Amino acid sequence: MNGLLFLIPVAIGLGLIGLGAFFWAMRSGQFDDPEGSAARILMDDDED
Amino acid sequence: MSAQQALPDDYDTSVFAVPTAHCAGCMSKIERGLNALPQVASARVNLTARTVTISHDPLLDDQRLTEELEKLGFESRRKRRDVAKPFSAVKPLLGPLAVAAFAGMNIMLLSVSVWSGAEGTTRQLFHWISALIALPAIAYSGRPFFKSAWSALKHFSTNMDVPISIGVIVASGLSLYEVIVGGEHAWFDGALMLLAFLLAGRVLDAMMRDRARHAIDAMLGQAASGALVLGKDGALSWTAAEELAPGMVMRVAAGERLAADGEIISGSSAFDQSLLTGETTPVSRQQGDEVLAGTLNLNAPVDVRVSHAGRDTTLAEIARLMEASTQNRSRYVRIADRAARLYAPAVHSLAALAVIGWLIAGAGWYQSLVIGVAVLIITCPCALGLAVPVAQVVASGSLLRAGIMVKDGSAIERLATVDRALLDKTGTLTMGRPVPDTAALDAMSEQEQRLALALASNSRHPLSRALADSLAGRDVTPLTLTDVEELPGVGMSGTFEGRKVELRRPEKVSGTAVALTVEGGPTRLVTFADQLRPGAAQALEEMNRLGISASIISGDNADAVDRVAGELGLTARSAVSPADKQEAIADLQAEGGRVLMVGDGLNDGPALAAANASMAPGSASDVGMQAADFVFMQDSLLSIPRAVRASRATMRIVRQNFGLAITYNVFAIPLALLGMVTPLVAAIAMSASSLIVVANSLRLVRAAR
Repeated sequence: MNGLLFLIPVAIGLGLIGLGAFFWAMRSGQFDDPEGSAARILMDDDED
Repeated sequence: MSAQQALPDDYDTSVFAVPTAHCAGCMSKIERGLNALPQVASARVNLTARTVTISHDPLLDDQRLTEELEKLGFESRRKRRDVAKPFSAVKPLLGPLAVAAFAGMNIMLLSVSVWSGAEGTTRQLFHWISALIALPAIAYSGRPFFKSAWSALKHFSTNMDVPISIGVIVASGLSLYEVIVGGEHAWFDGALMLLAFLLAGRVLDAMMRDRARHAIDAMLGQAASGALVLGKDGALSWTAAEELAPGMVMRVAAGERLAADGEIISGSSAFDQSLLTGETTPVSRQQGDEVLAGTLNLNAPVDVRVSHAGRDTTLAEIARLMEASTQNRSRYVRIADRAARLYAPAVHSLAALAVIGWLIAGAGWYQSLVIGVAVLIITCPCALGLAVPVAQVVASGSLLRAGIMVKDGSAIERLATVDRALLDKTGTLTMGRPVPDTAALDAMSEQEQRLALALASNSRHPLSRALADSLAGRDVTPLTLTDVEELPGVGMSGTFEGRKVELRRPEKVSGTAVALTVEGGPTRLVTFADQLRPGAAQALEEMNRLGISASIISGDNADAVDRVAGELGLTARSAVSPADKQEAIADLQAEGGRVLMVGDGLNDGPALAAANASMAPGSASDVGMQAADFVFMQDSLLSIPRAVRASRATMRIVRQNFGLAITYNVFAIPLALLGMVTPLVAAIAMSASSLIVVANSLRLVRAAR
């Protein structure tokens, strides 16, 4: 039981961090141009 | 790789549509090309929306930027400020989906421990944690369904979201009660899994609509979005269409479309009115004559005093006709909602009967209610909710790869039922643009062809462009000329090895033609004609086999229409006004026909909106593309039977999916009625039925072949 009391909050906390990261990514426009992002990795002349 | 950079405050941000950008190469070409300009701070391409966002010095105006993009090889057009930010139907659903998936997975983790035998305090604890995660998550991610269900109930109707909402809410309520009294079963995992599955279906559906709309938006408005206005001091300045006002004088160059109605005050030229009337033969207009917005100036620059601009033009009149017809179509009830009308009352009365039946059989209130709720949960239309959207998404993806864009899922449902087709002539059955006569091109020597291409490629005149396109298509390479000069309204001239070369309007010729003269050589006359689209005859034959009888309805004159009709063996009506086209469709519908309208022009707009389903070619006018359900990008008319076949295949799969969902219920409901459904059984049954429906829909991947 004691292990659970410790592990469950950790598991949920990690999940929440993931969820938070997803929301941050969505707000900051990471999903605005999925096709462009897919193509951008093929550009080998990205100097900056 | 940061998207935002520090910018001087006074820099402008402009968004340009670049419909032809489609790959990583295009993207880097545009970005590097624009960033090389000293006045440009940053340029970033959005490949999904086919736009480029440029931060630049205000001194660099839209015209210059368009020219720069053209130098890089991309046709472009300034987007209006109000549409600069692309609207997305996907984004508001991503948040709920993420929350439902996150919460569902965490609860499943706890549920698995309960199913595998956790008991007593541990089970209590796990159930409480599940409740703490699930209730806020359900409240948040269920909103899209609750909202839609509530608005349906308010109007005393029902849709698929009503049984979904009731199922989810009842399941959560019962589970919460179980948790409080320390009961054995909680259904939070099932409720969240259901939401996650259904939201995934909706996100896919929204993605498909976003994609089609982005592609269409990018093509829109390649016609005039403004005009060069002649100021009092004689200076020319670019003015956007919505800022034009009566009394202004616009200078319209050859090859440009008019942005407003007006009267010619100097110059004379021929105008192509096919966008408005369907009539292909150019009409000549001179000083004092009226010209209309949307017509194309063919020969010489003219000055036009604006008489009607913006919402007062003939164009806007047609837009009003269209609005009326669109309301007509919105009465169409989608198949999923028709199914829900039968399904929801059946399921809800079944649950009620289960409660009453168990009460009569002597069970307690609590046990009877639990069984009633189990019936509601197990019949909650997970598979039904996915049956339609997944099939339509897969089919429209397949159509997209075949160059056919689908505006929304209901278009597929409507197209599947059509049995009559009306086709516009100009631009739909035909290419809608002049194509040089092949025999005339063959008659020219190789050198003459290379000279003609060299001259034609230096001009923006529509005939020059058509000539240059078809010569370039024959792998002709241009020769280098000197002293190339364009005489507006007359033609092009240049010098090659000391000899004068001219490409000009012929002296006396009926119809559309250009003449090529090389000093000391014969004059070569190239005639132009509008040609049938490739595959027209085969497409009509295939449509016939699909049980769709086609006929022509055109605004063009009887001679031109009869020639095409005779060639294809169709019946035809000619010289039809936009309002009459709409009426012809209403007549056919009154006889019980379901009409597919295929058209491209502005004049087809009202008819496209009134028909049961409509298609437009990618070369269509803005209005045509916006009014149509399907837009096909290829020249070939074979896209029409292809889209019909794919739609019918989709509806076949949708009906199979309904069949599968019902079969599932036939097995699941007796279990629920007997009180044998536990949360574990519900979770397995729901995911299995959803996966089967998705797998069946994936068979549509090749629907558009």
